[in-house]
Amino acid sequence: MNRLLVCPPDYFAIEYEINLWMRRSNIVDHERAVTQWHRLMEVLERDMGVRLECMRPVPGLPDLVFTANAGVAVGRQAVVSRFRYAERQREEAHFEHWFRAAGYEIVTFDQDIFFEGAGDLLGFPEYWFGGYRQRSDIRMFPLLSERFTREIIPLELIDGRFYHLDNCLCPLSGGELLYYPPAFDSYGQSAIRERVDEGLRLAVPEAEALKFACNAVCVGAHVALPEGCPTTMELLQERGCQVHPVPLDEFMKSGGSAKCLTLAIDGFLP
Amino acid sequence: MTQAQETIILRGHIIDSLILAKVLDLILTMGGSFDLDHVEIGRTREDQSHARIVVRAPSLATLSHILRAIQPHGAVVERDSDCVLQAAPADGVFPDEFHSTTHLPTEVRLNETWVEVQGVEMDLGITVDNQRMTARTVPMADVRQGDLIVTGQAGVRVIPLQRPRERDVFAFMESTVSAERPHSHVIADIARRMRTLRDEFRAGGARSKVLLAGGPAIIHAGGRDALTWLIEEGFIQVLFCGNALAAHDMEADLYGTSLGYALTAGHAVPHGHAHHLRTINRIRAIGSIRVAVESGVIKSGIMAACVRSGVRVVMAGTIRDDGPLPGVITDSMRAQATMREAIPGVGLALLVASTLHAVATGNLLPASVPTVCVDINASVPTKLADRGSFQAVGLVMDAASFLGELARNLGRRA
Repeated sequence: MNRLLVCPPDYFAIEYEINLWMRRSNIVDHERAVTQWHRLMEVLERDMGVRLECMRPVPGLPDLVFTANAGVAVGRQAVVSRFRYAERQREEAHFEHWFRAAGYEIVTFDQDIFFEGAGDLLGFPEYWFGGYRQRSDIRMFPLLSERFTREIIPLELIDGRFYHLDNCLCPLSGGELLYYPPAFDSYGQSAIRERVDEGLRLAVPEAEALKFACNAVCVGAHVALPEGCPTTMELLQERGCQVHPVPLDEFMKSGGSAKCLTLAIDGFLP
Repeated sequence: MTQAQETIILRGHIIDSLILAKVLDLILTMGGSFDLDHVEIGRTREDQSHARIVVRAPSLATLSHILRAIQPHGAVVERDSDCVLQAAPADGVFPDEFHSTTHLPTEVRLNETWVEVQGVEMDLGITVDNQRMTARTVPMADVRQGDLIVTGQAGVRVIPLQRPRERDVFAFMESTVSAERPHSHVIADIARRMRTLRDEFRAGGARSKVLLAGGPAIIHAGGRDALTWLIEEGFIQVLFCGNALAAHDMEADLYGTSLGYALTAGHAVPHGHAHHLRTINRIRAIGSIRVAVESGVIKSGIMAACVRSGVRVVMAGTIRDDGPLPGVITDSMRAQATMREAIPGVGLALLVASTLHAVATGNLLPASVPTVCVDINASVPTKLADRGSFQAVGLVMDAASFLGELARNLGRRA
């Protein structure tokens, strides 16, 4: 069973600006956002066979809806995020509370280092990628690698529009990697090329990367992604994926999409 | 110190991610340089790698600029520790783990401050004065019981030489020493340096002295006049030699021979083999070379020029010496200490036709002093050129040709 942690968008809004997508003047259509979120949940549950664990939303924490940034769960252990911006630091206690209540052992480190959870840590079963520079601090990855005996390849995020790794990179269960190469510097692009065979690298065009085509949720052969990304859908279908486009543009106002709205909590899902 | 430096640690999966490559590239493109002090590469994919990197920059500002740029990529400045001190257990004995010096500029960390070690010289220990916050090298024989001696590597950093600014033979030194290599451009570059150094010396500049360490082959081979001229013209300020060079130089003045051979005619003269002994005996009777020159007994030559030009002469004796001449230091350790005292201020060293004096002098010199070693036997320049210095040049040629051409380059008419 694949379980995902989600949080209903009851209080979702744009109340501050901490990334290039957020504009307080860009008012969220709340009703539409709620409809889009429920549509995504429906796809995940009904079409993709996912079991959803729902967190209780908290007034005043508009971004709690983006559970990908709660932390990471590895087996029965969880590392809670340490947000770079004070606006989101208030979410940490709520995420920690959820993990604890769900029976996870909370892993802490001596050093207080910024780390924004599964937003910046994604991977294949054998190795993971860690996004750094925009939000998470690269120094977190050696600690996580040591703790979970997994190789973590750090990738510098060089484009502020792709401020989390899950905005521009998505490992798929067949070993493919959906990604937007220009979000990484030449070193990162080389490191990815070295690791992932050419036939498995699915490069997303800029127009669709900007619609967060890479912010997709992959469970087995199913991929849920924001609608309006025909090339990406084609790339995925050619690889035999079942693609589920979902309208999520209300969440794009905040710089998030399908993947940002979920957190894999059964082991570490690719 | 001319350079600023800091040691950083980089760890994690830094190889396949090219993070190490990126950090090193950043250091270079920002005008710094680095030494990979220690790199440990993980054996399995899960194993992390670890790199200890010494970052250097031409200024503190550039260094901090570089550090700021590489820290986001995980570079952590290594927390430095003070150097570890132990008291010398007895006179002339270092603690077991004493730090053995190199001929490169060195700093030790005392009370959280980096202090430059005075008297850079290889194969010595370092003693510190914690109150005065000073550190200096100390030869084994000179250490006194209770002296605080630096042990191990912690809190010690060695600063490699930068390439010299001048674009001459010293900057592009090739490590191979060969008799086949043309010499003239090398000698022209040495002459250019000596001219500059003489101007600097006359203007009271630091590190502007020229040191010549030479053997008696200079006299036998016919280099006496050229060397005398170089001294008289003010191109040399310090002379290291043994009993023989001085004895044969003055023998030539008194008898016109060198080890009994007439220098001009080139054949042995009757009873000539005793000339150098008679010379030594004569000087011993007078009491000193200085008095012999000042009283007019010795009229010309290298020793006369040294006395008249105020050149600092250190004569170190050996077990095969005749006499020796007054002023020859027969206690080797005392001779070494006297030579050491004469090193500060030297900006160029010419080591000519003497294995013994060339190697002894080479050991005393900091790597920062440009060194020219001239010998007809390639093994001597090779040994000296192999000291890990940018600024050592070896020439396989005879002493008289070298000195003659050097003097010609500096304006002596043949």
